[in-house]
Amino acid sequence: MAINWFKYSAPTTFYGLAGKLIPFFAWPSAILFVIGLYIGFFVAPTDAVQSEAYRIMFIHVPASILSMFIYLIMAGYAALGLIFKTRLSAMMAQALAPTGALFAFISLWTGALWGKPMWGAWWVWDARLTSELILLFLYLGFISLHASIDDVRRADKASALLAIVGSVNVPIIYFSVKWWNTLHQGSTIKFSGTSMHIAMQEAIFALLAACWLYVIAMSLARVRSIILEREANTTWVNSLLEVRS
Amino acid sequence: MNKLSLFGLLGLVIRRDLLLAMRRRADVLTTLIFFVMVVSLFPLGVGPEAEMLRKMASGVVWVAALLSSMLSLPRMFSADYLDGTLEQMLLAPQSLTALVLGKIVAHWMLSGLPLVLIAPVLGLQFDMSLQALWMLVVALLLGTPILSMIGAIGAALTLGLRGGGVLVSLLVLPLCIPVLIFGAGAVDAVNSGMSAVSNLSLLGAFMLFALVFTPFVAAQALRISME
Repeated sequence: MAINWFKYSAPTTFYGLAGKLIPFFAWPSAILFVIGLYIGFFVAPTDAVQSEAYRIMFIHVPASILSMFIYLIMAGYAALGLIFKTRLSAMMAQALAPTGALFAFISLWTGALWGKPMWGAWWVWDARLTSELILLFLYLGFISLHASIDDVRRADKASALLAIVGSVNVPIIYFSVKWWNTLHQGSTIKFSGTSMHIAMQEAIFALLAACWLYVIAMSLARVRSIILEREANTTWVNSLLEVRS
Repeated sequence: MNKLSLFGLLGLVIRRDLLLAMRRRADVLTTLIFFVMVVSLFPLGVGPEAEMLRKMASGVVWVAALLSSMLSLPRMFSADYLDGTLEQMLLAPQSLTALVLGKIVAHWMLSGLPLVLIAPVLGLQFDMSLQALWMLVVALLLGTPILSMIGAIGAALTLGLRGGGVLVSLLVLPLCIPVLIFGAGAVDAVNSGMSAVSNLSLLGAFMLFALVFTPFVAAQALRISME
């Protein structure tokens, strides 16, 4: 039997699939959040140098990682949509952008909260902070370009092109800002082992997984809304149980 | 119709855009006046201490250059879009990428080059040294074309949109940050007695990179906007 690989690339079929998938991502995400936060706040030992304030990084690190990662995923979907003209890819890119912007914002916010006790300043013009801020600007540019074009197909294509240009530019921005000034501490998790306590690692990975699953659940939920919005005039949407009632 | 060579086409587009601009000189002058004004506002805002002004001069000039190039961006394609010329350009048998490159060069000659030429005068207001002034001109000469090139993408994407002027700044400014960093960095390096070669090399590399890709991307953006 031939498998139809593209069955779920149609919004019609994906709408139902996404609805079924959401609980499988949302529930583990919620559980991992609770576990991760519990380990982070009650089990993990107090840091020798940074005392209690270091616990902010349990939120800060996953948010920063995902804010950058989501941009790449978004640009990937945007490229898919631009090249193969698949409607769903463009919708996924549109669905991911607000979550990415949210994580970039959380990352900056928690960074500021951490910076005050550690560096004695809410904001320091260091490479990572600055590039995270620029990343937030890129997300906002993507969202506002999409929002200001009325024709949805043009909006998809234009913002897709912007996302691709942005993703090419991100490394350039990152290195330029890095050479410009570096004050931020290097990463502690390296592939060659880590200097972190095991409970800290557990908390950070649990929360990273939780955030990851949250992103998936959230973007699926949002893409469902986008599908409904765009296909509002079709018969299949109007015959849906939740639409009719 | 005889086929134009690539350089013939470039020359034609540039000549045409320059001619159009010369018929309406006010547009070019406003950008320049805006640039001079923004730079002159800074000493009024932060105080007239020569030491501080000398330190921040390169950054101020660069930020003002960034802002005034944003100001002129919406004009890059909009006149041609409104009178239908752009549609004809899209239909022309010549490469759209080359056409766009021609428009970028013309835009730079009208909005970037005047800034480069007037920047030393502004630098004197900030009491910059001769070496620093010289470096400022070189860095601006390398950097302002990048602003026009990246800006072309933004201008093409926001063609004919409501509030396109503000939107284009929102899209293009973050992408131009490396130019600002290396451009202002080159002058700072000279000021602190170091070599500015690395900054200039990176700026030059960025310019070549942009030169290769941005005309093509802007052409694609135009096609998207004109569908």
